Amino acid sequence: MLSVITTVAIIAVLIKETVGFFTMADHPEISVWSFFTGTEWSPLLGAKPLFGVLPLVCGTLLVTVIAGLFAMPVGLLTAIYLSEYASQRVRTNLKSVLEILAGVPTVVYGFFALTFITPFVLQPLWSGFGTYNAMAAGIAVGIMILPIVCSLSEDALRAVPQSLRDGAYALGSTKFDVTIKVVVPAGLSGVVAAFLLALTRAIGETMIVALAAGGLAQLTVDPSAQVQTMTAYMVQIFLGDAPAGGVEYRSSYAVAFTLFLITFVMTWTGAIILKRYREEYD
Amino acid sequence: MLGKPISQSKKMRLNRMLMIGCLAATTIAVLVLSALLVSIAIEGTSSLSWSFLTSFASRKPSQAGILAPLMGSVWVCTICAVVAIPVGISTAIYLEEFARRSRVKRLIQLNISNLSGVPSIVYGILALVAFVRFFGIRPSDEPWTFGNSQSIWYLQIPFGPSVIAGGLTLALVVLPIMIISSQEALRAVPPSLRQAALALGSTQWQVVWRVTLPAALPTMMTGAILSMSRAIGEAAPLLVIGGFLLVFQTPANLMSDFTVLPLQIFNWSGRPQADFHKIAAAAILVQLVVLLAFNSIAIIIRQKLQRPLQS
Repeated sequence: MLSVITTVAIIAVLIKETVGFFTMADHPEISVWSFFTGTEWSPLLGAKPLFGVLPLVCGTLLVTVIAGLFAMPVGLLTAIYLSEYASQRVRTNLKSVLEILAGVPTVVYGFFALTFITPFVLQPLWSGFGTYNAMAAGIAVGIMILPIVCSLSEDALRAVPQSLRDGAYALGSTKFDVTIKVVVPAGLSGVVAAFLLALTRAIGETMIVALAAGGLAQLTVDPSAQVQTMTAYMVQIFLGDAPAGGVEYRSSYAVAFTLFLITFVMTWTGAIILKRYREEYD
Repeated sequence: MLGKPISQSKKMRLNRMLMIGCLAATTIAVLVLSALLVSIAIEGTSSLSWSFLTSFASRKPSQAGILAPLMGSVWVCTICAVVAIPVGISTAIYLEEFARRSRVKRLIQLNISNLSGVPSIVYGILALVAFVRFFGIRPSDEPWTFGNSQSIWYLQIPFGPSVIAGGLTLALVVLPIMIISSQEALRAVPPSLRQAALALGSTQWQVVWRVTLPAALPTMMTGAILSMSRAIGEAAPLLVIGGFLLVFQTPANLMSDFTVLPLQIFNWSGRPQADFHKIAAAAILVQLVVLLAFNSIAIIIRQKLQRPLQS
């Protein structure tokens, strides 16, 4: 029951404060339409604060896409290795490595991005990377979601019955054929659900982007630029850059509501995919 | 299904490429972990000392320590454990053992898995409104007070950004994980055990207390410990509710101000001076040692207590 109360409370609080933000008497220029379609977000700078959420959404998506491009191939291949190639001993050891990676607090990944990935990996490659950039944050988020992708995809692949593999081998398939043409398609719904779950975590990730991505909200797809994500904006506000009760403060609730909607839709989609497209072999 | 015919040598080449690709990916995962640990160890070990563990934060990096965040983490996580573990386990028992298969149950189930996907910072916002301000029913400068301000149990409503608000916030964050892992533990108990107990004339309660729960407990404990290790590393929701980054005392009662290790790490790593990065790395080392301890306890419990239960 508590879980239902929590959900209802989250939604109620967010809606109440969001409505409060959109109907603030001394800021008639803020509307739902201008919020979701505005391309400039500068609540703290300039004479007239501008609230268009698109730059924040764009920053969030940029970091998430980079994280996904890193974590999905690496995670899936590692999962294939674990489920199809590795011996029992290697598997146990690797799984504990992944468990450690999964337990590392995200603020540690943020520190890693800021003090290792940017200065020692990215900047030697190309000097255009600033101290804060979307690339380092994206890679760090990718490392963070890697264990999720790995262990969930591996579960999905191992759930494919051995008889399917044996059948394919009997028809003269190589291991490549069996893995790519039989096992992965059979476990695909689980793998896709794992990807979605991991990406949801990436979108909601806070401490890494607050440390490593910078604090400038801009509409860009350049990975070497600094971006601000929705979560990082909330951190900036709640750290006390804005007076409580002011319009900037209220805006963070609207941003939180947007974030909540996005993640909610993604988890739903994941659940539906898992249910609808699951292939049963028994 | 296997497409147009391809030569044997190409087939073998593809075969080898896949294996190399998989190996490479796995190596990346291991390499990244080592790079993470090594770079932090190199940066952090020089500042790690006994006085680092026993002194308070300071403007000078050489004199700063982590006593306040360390004790803050202990307080907050204890409160979180006291709330989340019993509530999580009893919810799981209700859902698995007592609730009938119905639309309501399905809805609750879906809801719990959705909640586990909600970003932790959003929980922070809920907690800010619910625990810190108590929905604004009482102004925070004239709170209702309970008990003596010298005692541990001294309580004010609304809570304000205090230890208890922090603990409850973390409990909200880890509850879905806790419920799901306990449910899985209960589901892993073979139904034949329950049926046998019922056949011997036990009531439903007796089955739960004497058969199912003891059988599922080791797995549940593992889940609980892993949830706690999640809680101990969580910074974002606590940043939203409190934002105390510099605290110069250890918590004395439920109403004390607090900071936790991840928040202190965040604060130090966000500063431009390299010296602060060094002590941030040292604090991370302490945090990782605590986490490793948690994980090893979980693994030991899993290996020692898990009796094979086959039906």
